Amino acid sequence: MPADLLFTGARLLDPSSGLDQPGELLVRDGLIFDRGQGLGRPEGAEVVECHGAVLCPGLVDMRAALGEPGFEYRETIDSAASAAVAGGITTLAALPDTKPAIDDPALVHFLHRQAEATGRLTILPYGALTRGCRGEELAEIGLLHEAGAVLFSDGARAVASARLMRIALSYARAFGARVVEHPEEPTLAEGGHATEGELATRLGLEGIPACAETIMVARDIRLAKLTGGAVHFAHISTAEALDLIRAAKAEGLRVSCDTAPPYFAFTEEAIGDFRTYAKFSPPLRCEADRAAVAAALADGTIDAIVSDHQPRDADDKRLPFAQAAPGGAGLATLLSASLIEVHKGTLPLAKAIALLTVQPARLLGSEAGTLSPGKPADLCLFDPEQPWLVEAGALPGKAQNTPFDGQVLKGKVLGTWKRGRRVYP
Amino acid sequence: MNTRPRQHLLAIEGMTVSEVVALLDLAENYALLNRSGKTQRDLLRGYTLINLFFEASTRTRTSFELAGKRLGADVLSMSVATSSINKGETLLDTAATLNAMHCDLLVVRHSLSGAANLLAQKVEASVINAGDGTHEHPTQALLDALTILRHKGRIAGLTVAICGDIAHSRVARSNIHLLTMLDATVHLVGPPTLIPSEVESLGWRNGQNAPRVAVFHDMAQGLAGADVVMMLRMQIERMQRSLVPSAREYFRFWGLDKEKLRYARPDALVMHPGPMNRGVEIDSGVADDPQRSVIKEQVEMGVAVRMAVLDTLARASVRHAR
Repeated sequence: MPADLLFTGARLLDPSSGLDQPGELLVRDGLIFDRGQGLGRPEGAEVVECHGAVLCPGLVDMRAALGEPGFEYRETIDSAASAAVAGGITTLAALPDTKPAIDDPALVHFLHRQAEATGRLTILPYGALTRGCRGEELAEIGLLHEAGAVLFSDGARAVASARLMRIALSYARAFGARVVEHPEEPTLAEGGHATEGELATRLGLEGIPACAETIMVARDIRLAKLTGGAVHFAHISTAEALDLIRAAKAEGLRVSCDTAPPYFAFTEEAIGDFRTYAKFSPPLRCEADRAAVAAALADGTIDAIVSDHQPRDADDKRLPFAQAAPGGAGLATLLSASLIEVHKGTLPLAKAIALLTVQPARLLGSEAGTLSPGKPADLCLFDPEQPWLVEAGALPGKAQNTPFDGQVLKGKVLGTWKRGRRVYP
Repeated sequence: MNTRPRQHLLAIEGMTVSEVVALLDLAENYALLNRSGKTQRDLLRGYTLINLFFEASTRTRTSFELAGKRLGADVLSMSVATSSINKGETLLDTAATLNAMHCDLLVVRHSLSGAANLLAQKVEASVINAGDGTHEHPTQALLDALTILRHKGRIAGLTVAICGDIAHSRVARSNIHLLTMLDATVHLVGPPTLIPSEVESLGWRNGQNAPRVAVFHDMAQGLAGADVVMMLRMQIERMQRSLVPSAREYFRFWGLDKEKLRYARPDALVMHPGPMNRGVEIDSGVADDPQRSVIKEQVEMGVAVRMAVLDTLARASVRHAR
């Protein structure tokens, strides 16, 4: 039986219970045993003195591509686990558009086993919404759900057919499953590499109009209303889409959404002279959209901040812009990048941590993301003020394609624990 | 002000007026020398110029070859059909190969925007962008400006109508930057589907001056008052993508014939970067009219401008500075 673990001198931050106070936290048998002040020191307990750093639930990342199976040269589950725990993440939902796609229960079991083998990370697999994530015929949502798939999506691909989306939203209700959409009208986005507008025109890059996102969000909200299904929009990046989502929520529809740090940390100007490390899907937007995303974090329209980790190697990125693969490495920087808005004063720290823990956990139907006694001791200890230099080439994990390369971010993960066991550093 | 000589020529955007004027002056000299038959065959002796063409272009490639040879450089042309690019070699592998060959001047044509910028980051040679995707084609804009200067004596105050497929044209972009930098007014004329988003905000901004770029969808309005009518090549592929319904409809509304040319000033020049699609964007009666068309002279000025560019970059080249 492992020794008890006692955290002392921490700022306990647990948005699931509204807790934000100095205190101690006691871990016994891998579970949170108690928290508060004056817990005493059980005999033989290992003590971690936190020196006032923030102790919060291990982060819950509800959107990350891992590369395994099929793209192991980009990232494996083991290398992704290294990056995740360095970023304070202990639970992660893995996208299904791998090779093969996660459209068979056996593949859901495979992901669970691979994650278990790392001993550091819980993986909650997305199931493919359609077979092969090809957008043609419905995948076996029921069987995938039974095997443990928590969300259903075609990953980086939008469901082009409105009819198929209607059926998916309707059918998934039988299992209480949530459908996750990459909201980008595919015929408008086809061939595009940057947001349509002055910059794309200047660089001679085929543009994607920002309304490609709005149109898909509008369509799916109406289909959610028609079917009573639950739809979740991934990496929302525009003010107009957020307005629609805000209105749908007010109407009581089962609609939720997330965004990723690039959409509030950068504007399209980051692509500058064809900088492929700032190429994303959806593409980076104008300042008004960036500001709207930041505001929607604070006002509750956005339900979660996700890493949207898309591992790419140098050969995927060191190409002419149109040929370069979109996406950025996001695991190791998830917390620090989210704190950008906190340091600006636009987002309270407790709200940021809620967006990174209990809120995504609820959408995933997971009991993670809390410091409640009796729950697994998945913990993240961080200093919100400590700066560190993000360097591509020096990040944990395989993927080094960070858009934050060369930037100093404020807020550093000091330690990560999975079921009471230290997994970082 | 940055007085360090420029190492690459990747785009008109970002150049200074003095750099552009110096190149045009030098090119004017080369144009006169070329006509007189006197050339400086030793200026680039010992320099290696490689033309790297990932996209077919007889005209531009030949122009650079001739420019290099007239200055005495060792000139080599690599085109996609015969190179290892087809065997899966990446652009950067090619860069490494060229570095090993100690090439001094590298002329690049590629179908994707930004390809020349990417190469310039990785090769030791001076890179000259001979057209990258729909981004820029700086030497074309320079030769167009030189041609206009020779006929009009100035650029400032002129109105230049650029007509056709602006969206997919690197020639249009480079010309917008260069002409507005030299205080011309630019009219962009074409169907709305071929005018790129927010293109009015391109072009040079000098202090408080608003950019002088205006968009028209009607040739009568767009050509009104034009001193120069510059036609762009219309590619059949645009019709396949439904950006315009047919070649005959395009010609009816945006093709340049004698009638539409009457909308412009009576002494307006007709220009085309070539190769022309006769009967699609331009009628032969206009293209071959010696009173109006300066299309052949554009080709002649192309060689002079490229000699000026090679000369200027070679003087600034890193390898020979040692």
